Amino acid sequence: MTETPRLVVGPFNRVEGDLEVHLDLAGGAVGAARVNSPLYRGFERMLEGKDPRDALTITPRICGICSISQSAAAARALGAAMGLEPTPQGAGMAALIHAVENVSDHLFHFNLFFMPDFIRPVYADRPWFDRAVARFTPAEGGAQRAAVAARAELMHILGLMAGKWPHTLAIQPGGVTRAPGPRDKVRIETTLRAFRRYLEEVVFGGSLETFCAIETVDQLMAWETGDAGLFLRIAADLDLDRLGRGSGRYMSFGAYPLTEGFGFARGLWDGALGAVDFGAITEDLSHAWMLGAQAHPWQGETRPDEAMRDAAYSWCKAPRLNGQTVETGALARQVVDGHPLARALAGGGVLARVAGRLLELARTQAFMEGLAKGIDPGAAFMEQGDLPEAGQGAGLVEAARGALGHWLRIEDGRIASYQIIAPTTWNFSPRDAEGVPGPLEAALVGAPVGAGETTPVSVQHIVRSFDPCMVCTVH
Amino acid sequence: MKVLWLQAAGCGGCTMSLLCAESPNVFDTLGGAGIEFLWHPTVSLETGAEVRAIFEAVESGEIALDVLAVEGSIARGPRGTGKFQMVSGTGRSMLDWVVSLAPKARHVVAVGTCATYGGVTSAGGNPSDAVGVQYDGALPGGALPVEFRSGSGLPVINVAGCPTHPDWVTETLLLLNEGALGAEDLDAFGRPLFYAKHLVHHGCSKNEFYEYKASAVELSDIGCMMENLGCIGTQAVGDCNIRPWNGDGSCTSGGYPCINCTAPEFEEPRHSFTETPKIAGIPVGLPTDMPKAWFMALASLSKAATPERIAKNAVADRVEVTPTIRKPKGRR
Repeated sequence: MTETPRLVVGPFNRVEGDLEVHLDLAGGAVGAARVNSPLYRGFERMLEGKDPRDALTITPRICGICSISQSAAAARALGAAMGLEPTPQGAGMAALIHAVENVSDHLFHFNLFFMPDFIRPVYADRPWFDRAVARFTPAEGGAQRAAVAARAELMHILGLMAGKWPHTLAIQPGGVTRAPGPRDKVRIETTLRAFRRYLEEVVFGGSLETFCAIETVDQLMAWETGDAGLFLRIAADLDLDRLGRGSGRYMSFGAYPLTEGFGFARGLWDGALGAVDFGAITEDLSHAWMLGAQAHPWQGETRPDEAMRDAAYSWCKAPRLNGQTVETGALARQVVDGHPLARALAGGGVLARVAGRLLELARTQAFMEGLAKGIDPGAAFMEQGDLPEAGQGAGLVEAARGALGHWLRIEDGRIASYQIIAPTTWNFSPRDAEGVPGPLEAALVGAPVGAGETTPVSVQHIVRSFDPCMVCTVH
Repeated sequence: MKVLWLQAAGCGGCTMSLLCAESPNVFDTLGGAGIEFLWHPTVSLETGAEVRAIFEAVESGEIALDVLAVEGSIARGPRGTGKFQMVSGTGRSMLDWVVSLAPKARHVVAVGTCATYGGVTSAGGNPSDAVGVQYDGALPGGALPVEFRSGSGLPVINVAGCPTHPDWVTETLLLLNEGALGAEDLDAFGRPLFYAKHLVHHGCSKNEFYEYKASAVELSDIGCMMENLGCIGTQAVGDCNIRPWNGDGSCTSGGYPCINCTAPEFEEPRHSFTETPKIAGIPVGLPTDMPKAWFMALASLSKAATPERIAKNAVADRVEVTPTIRKPKGRR
């Protein structure tokens, strides 16, 4: 009997944070995968006993790439515990600040994290190779240099309204700390116009509205312009549509909560649209180096297994909804929101995830423009409130990478419990007690592995198609 | 100059901030000066086995390393093993790698307050037993001992901040590249003086409110945040209000207090971050270099002298009373 050939892939870069992937190979493909998040910091434990308001300073520092998402979730959790809603204009400004971060993340994912894999020598004979090298060589490629410049300029909106990025304290339960004046409004509009020009000239090579009007996969694959067109050419050539397929179950907590509703809808898609039963969320610890029982975040705890038992292989817990895995992220949001192209791509896979992100990038630009136009410089941007001696609240938001939840319990005026489930905790979860693999683990099965490949490129495409944020995953 | 960048136990936010560098963009700022990443987790192509080969070549001395940049704290737990952060694919902890690679580097740069002193990763009960590269909070000696010196003879250079301003990092690297950063250019906590010789208070847009101790009472008021809202910009080192962040910004101009993120142990102020601790109504922390008696005397005098415009605006969320216009002593 021969040993199953195994590969350990790491350090796995161009993902945010630390990731190690263990592969069992079978017949030139991945037979099974185990995903290890090899970093533990213990943010949930740090927060216990602190003034609840301190969550607004501490939790953004879980993650330098989704910092504002953490702010937004903490502010919503505190607000729920306080019985405080932001003012309508405060909610709108918080949504704009959050959208700038999410758009920046999508931009970086495409240009810095995902696309560079196509300049590897293994693709040197492909017709699109020279173009990929010219656009996506790290630090040199034209697309990369344009992306860092465009993102830095877009983030002037954050300098103006959030003080700095990452790690702002501007987003509060009752709104935002700074009320914009008329000149801030025209400044924001000007910055957004410049960003639209960049998106239309460089990323899409055409109008955002035309891209957003695409309804079928065939229409998508016919888009030839901009770096998006280059990606689609590559995707067609390498059959990225079939690589890394998922379960087709998608969850969104609802993005950008405004007084009049969500920017992108809340819901669960499993071939049909349903509601998310927030009470049916649990975290399984069977394969995580964590002690305790499977529990809902209201009862959950974070006790690291310092012995790092052999039965477990990750610091990441395994979240499940109704006992099942779900995929979260831009594709999930767009499927739940009902965009025809996203629904057409709901089978998942590398193409679907990346196209879903491009679609959201284009749609969010229009959303941000609407928010900017709606700024009323005479309105109130902040409502004040009082912290309760005891209470609880959940903050459920959508980070760039998907559903992010904070569950806060206050006792005696202090934080009694703070549990966090991040998007990549869902997507990159280990197996659960039933042995069911997490979404990435399942998506990797069947990925082709060439002879002699130590870091299979197909595995890299699949992993990066999820745009993992490992520092959030394990907080 | 070749830079190997490691992301230890942190959030990656200092890299994300670095990538906001402007005029020119980060790639041109560094690349134009011949500064290149031997490997950086966020931007480099190499993954997996390719990265292990780079680490091993540096460790064996096969590749000469100019700068080892470390972002994030060093997790020493559980029980001193460092296993709370294993460097994936290598079977070795980040603690082990940093201790092994640091002596190979001409310079070691700790980027961000996690890497310099432990920072937020060491907050609360410090669950991962995190320390800085050469400091444990304000105490010298972290993952590397007090007496550690890199190839250049310098201790670890502490580019503190949570996050670091992109220019603090690029200018530190640019100065090292020109041989223009020596021991005399660092302060007592190892921070580069080019930004640490300033206070966050310098250039703060709320300076007029501070002059009269016209104070904000709640977040979103535009007055000075020192008296009530926990702002310690008068004690915190940094040029945050001299060179703006992300175009026009700073914490104080964004309407929230400076929390002294460039300092050791800022993560545990022992009071809520947005509340000023007071004894008998007097803020506990006084402006740096200000004798208490003088502060009290000047504060009571200036409070009494506060113009109505400033008093009203301090507790509003926007300028409600504009400055009185003086007509020129005209020619007509």
